[in-house]
Amino acid sequence: MTTAGIDMGARNIKVVILKDNKILSKGIALSGFDQKASAEKAFNETLTKAGLSHDDIKRIVATGAGKDVAPYANSEISMMGADALGGAYLFPSARTVIDVGAEEGRAVKCDDKGKMIDFVINERCAAGAGTFVEAMSRALEVKLEEMGPLSLKAEKAVPMNAQCTIFAESEVVSLIHAKTPKADISKAIHDAIADRIASMTRRLGIQRDVILVGGVAKNVGFIESLKGALGVDLLVPDDPEFVGAIGAALAPAK
Amino acid sequence: MSKEFWRWPEYRRTVPGKDWKNAEVVTAGVDIGSVSSKAVIMTDGELYAYSIMRTGSSSPDSAQKAMDRALEETGMKLDDIKYTVGTGYGRVNVPFANRAITEIACHARGANYIWGPKVRTVLDMGGQDCKAIHCDERGKVTAFLMNDKCAAGTGRGMEVFADLLSVPIEEVGPMSLSVDKEPEPVSSTCVVFAKSEAVGLLRKGWPKNMVLAAYCSAMANRVSELLEKIKVEKEFVITGGIAKNIGVVKRLENIIGFKALPIQEKFDPMTAGSIGAALFAKALYERSAKST
Amino acid sequence: MIVHYGYKDGSGEYFISVDTDKCNGCGDCVEACPANVLEMTTMMIDLEDKLVAAVTEEHRNKIKYSCAPCKPEETPPCVSACKQAAITHTWKPQ
Ligand code: SF4
Ligand code: SF4
Repeated sequence: MTTAGIDMGARNIKVVILKDNKILSKGIALSGFDQKASAEKAFNETLTKAGLSHDDIKRIVATGAGKDVAPYANSEISMMGADALGGAYLFPSARTVIDVGAEEGRAVKCDDKGKMIDFVINERCAAGAGTFVEAMSRALEVKLEEMGPLSLKAEKAVPMNAQCTIFAESEVVSLIHAKTPKADISKAIHDAIADRIASMTRRLGIQRDVILVGGVAKNVGFIESLKGALGVDLLVPDDPEFVGAIGAALAPAK
Repeated sequence: MSKEFWRWPEYRRTVPGKDWKNAEVVTAGVDIGSVSSKAVIMTDGELYAYSIMRTGSSSPDSAQKAMDRALEETGMKLDDIKYTVGTGYGRVNVPFANRAITEIACHARGANYIWGPKVRTVLDMGGQDCKAIHCDERGKVTAFLMNDKCAAGTGRGMEVFADLLSVPIEEVGPMSLSVDKEPEPVSSTCVVFAKSEAVGLLRKGWPKNMVLAAYCSAMANRVSELLEKIKVEKEFVITGGIAKNIGVVKRLENIIGFKALPIQEKFDPMTAGSIGAALFAKALYERSAKST
Repeated sequence: MIVHYGYKDGSGEYFISVDTDKCNGCGDCVEACPANVLEMTTMMIDLEDKLVAAVTEEHRNKIKYSCAPCKPEETPPCVSACKQAAITHTWKPQ
C-alpha cells in the first residue's frame, strides 16, 4: 500500500511517500506566502521523484500547524501523534520524542508501537522554539547554519538572563559590546533554549530512549546543549525534519 | 541596529525651593535594577533630589555612581544622610546602605506615596516591564504584579512595531486612532510572531494606521487582562512611557469602562522603588533613634 | 498583600501568588518544592520585618518551565504543603 504524509510546518512543508512502510521519496519546500500552493508543488515533485501518479496513492494524511489548508489530503493526524509514529518508525526504542520546529517545541511520550501516551507543548512564544535561534543568529550576525558549529568552539559558559526573544536580542548585543567571543555567545543561546526544552520535557518524566527531531535537530550546537541539560544521550535521525511527515504517512485510516 | 526610541536619558533633579539643612532627618533609597539604578534623597519624608542612571557591570559601582549624581549640586555629603536602604536586584551590593529591603515592598510603599491613598489601581508600563498595583481605601497595597519576562505589553514591544513601520514612537498613538473602522486586533501576543503577522497585513495592502490600530488594541487587551488579576477600580492611573500613547490608553479605557486620571509628571515613575526605600529608611532611622 | 510572581507571555499565563497576610513564615512550601523555586524572604510590611515565601529571582521569569514537572494545574506540592492556604497558582496555557 502506498501512502503520503504532508507536514504543513510554519517554515517548511515536508512531504513523504511510503510504500509498504518503506520510504520511496521525500520533498521539502518553503511554506512561503501561499502555503497551499507551495504544498501542491512540493507534493507533485515528490510524486514525480517516486515515479508515481496521484492515483497510485491510497491515502494522503496531513499534519502540522497548517494541516487545515493541506491540498489533496483525505485525512489528518495531530502533530504529537505524527511525532510518536514517525519517531518509533525510525527508532523502535524511542519512548520520548522531542520535536523542535520553527514556531513550536513539543515533547511526546510514546509506547513501543508508536502510540502517543502523553505530550507537552510550547507554542506561541518564540523563546521556546527555533525562531529564537534564528533571531539570535541575526543579532549575532552569524549565519544560522554556522551557529551550531560555532557553539561547539565555546570556551566559557556565559549566562543569558532574558527569557524573551526580544530582550535576548538586546542581551546579545550587549555581550558583543562587552567583547564576549561569539562562540561563547552562541553556546549561551543554545544553552538557553535547551534549558527551556529540557524543563518542558521533564513534565513527562524522561524515559529513554530520547530522540530529537524537527528542523532545529539539525543544529549540532543545540543537540550538545540539550544533551547537557537533560543529562541523557539523544538519538537524532538523518533528516530529522521529516519525522512528522513520516508519521503522517504511517497514520492508520480513520 | 535601528534607532532605539525607548532609550531613556540619564538625569538628576533637585526639588526646587528646599534647603536640606533645615530638615530634621535626611534619608536615602537606592534601587539597583538590572537596567537602571536610581538614588533618591528625602528630607523629613519628602522628596528632595534623585538621579536615574544606567546600571553598569558592577552593582557597587552603579550604586555609588547613582548616589554621587543625586548628591551633585546639593552641597550634601554622603555622611549627611542618616539612613540608606538598598533595594532592587543589586540591593545587597550597595556598600553604603544600612540595610536592604525587597523591591516589591519598596515599590508598593513608593506607589502609595506617589499616587496617594485615593488611587486604587496603578499601571506602570516602562520600556522593559509592566507593573500593576492595587491599593485599598486605607492606602495599603493589596496586590502587586510585575511582568518583566515578555516584551509584549512593554514599551519595547511598541518600539518594535514603530521600527517595523518606520513611524516615530510618539506618532503611533494618534496615527492608530486615525482609522475609519477599528480592525481586529493582531492575534499573536508574542512580539516576534505579531511582527510576522503585521508583515502579512502590510503585504495584503493594509495601510500603516490600520496595522498600528490592530497592534494598539491587542496591547490594550493584554494589559487589561493583567489588570484583571489585581482588580481594577477607580481612581486609576497609568504611568511610564505607554501613558503617552493615546492609542493604547483610549482603547484600554474603553475596555475597563472608565478613564485614567490625567498624567502627572511630578514624580518619575521609575523612582517608585527608591522612594519607597527612602521612606522605609526614615521609619527605620526613627525607630532606632527611639530605642537608643 | 497578594504578590503575583510570574508572567503572561504569548504561550499563556503563569503565576504563583503569595498572600503575605496569610503566610506565617513556616517555610513548609520551600521544603516541599523539588525545584528550588521558592525561598523565604524578609519583606517589610507595615514597617515590620516579616518572613514570607517568595519565588526566587532566578525562577520568576521561567516558572512555566521550572514548575512543569509538578503539573501546577492540579495541586502542586507547595500548595498542599501550605496549611495557611497562602499560595495559589494560575496556570493557563493558551
Ligand atoms: S515577546 Fe518574548 S516572551 Fe513574549 S511571547 Fe514573544 S518571545 Fe515569548
Ligand atoms: S509548583 Fe512545584 S516547582 Fe513550582 S513552586 Fe510549587 S513545588 Fe516548586
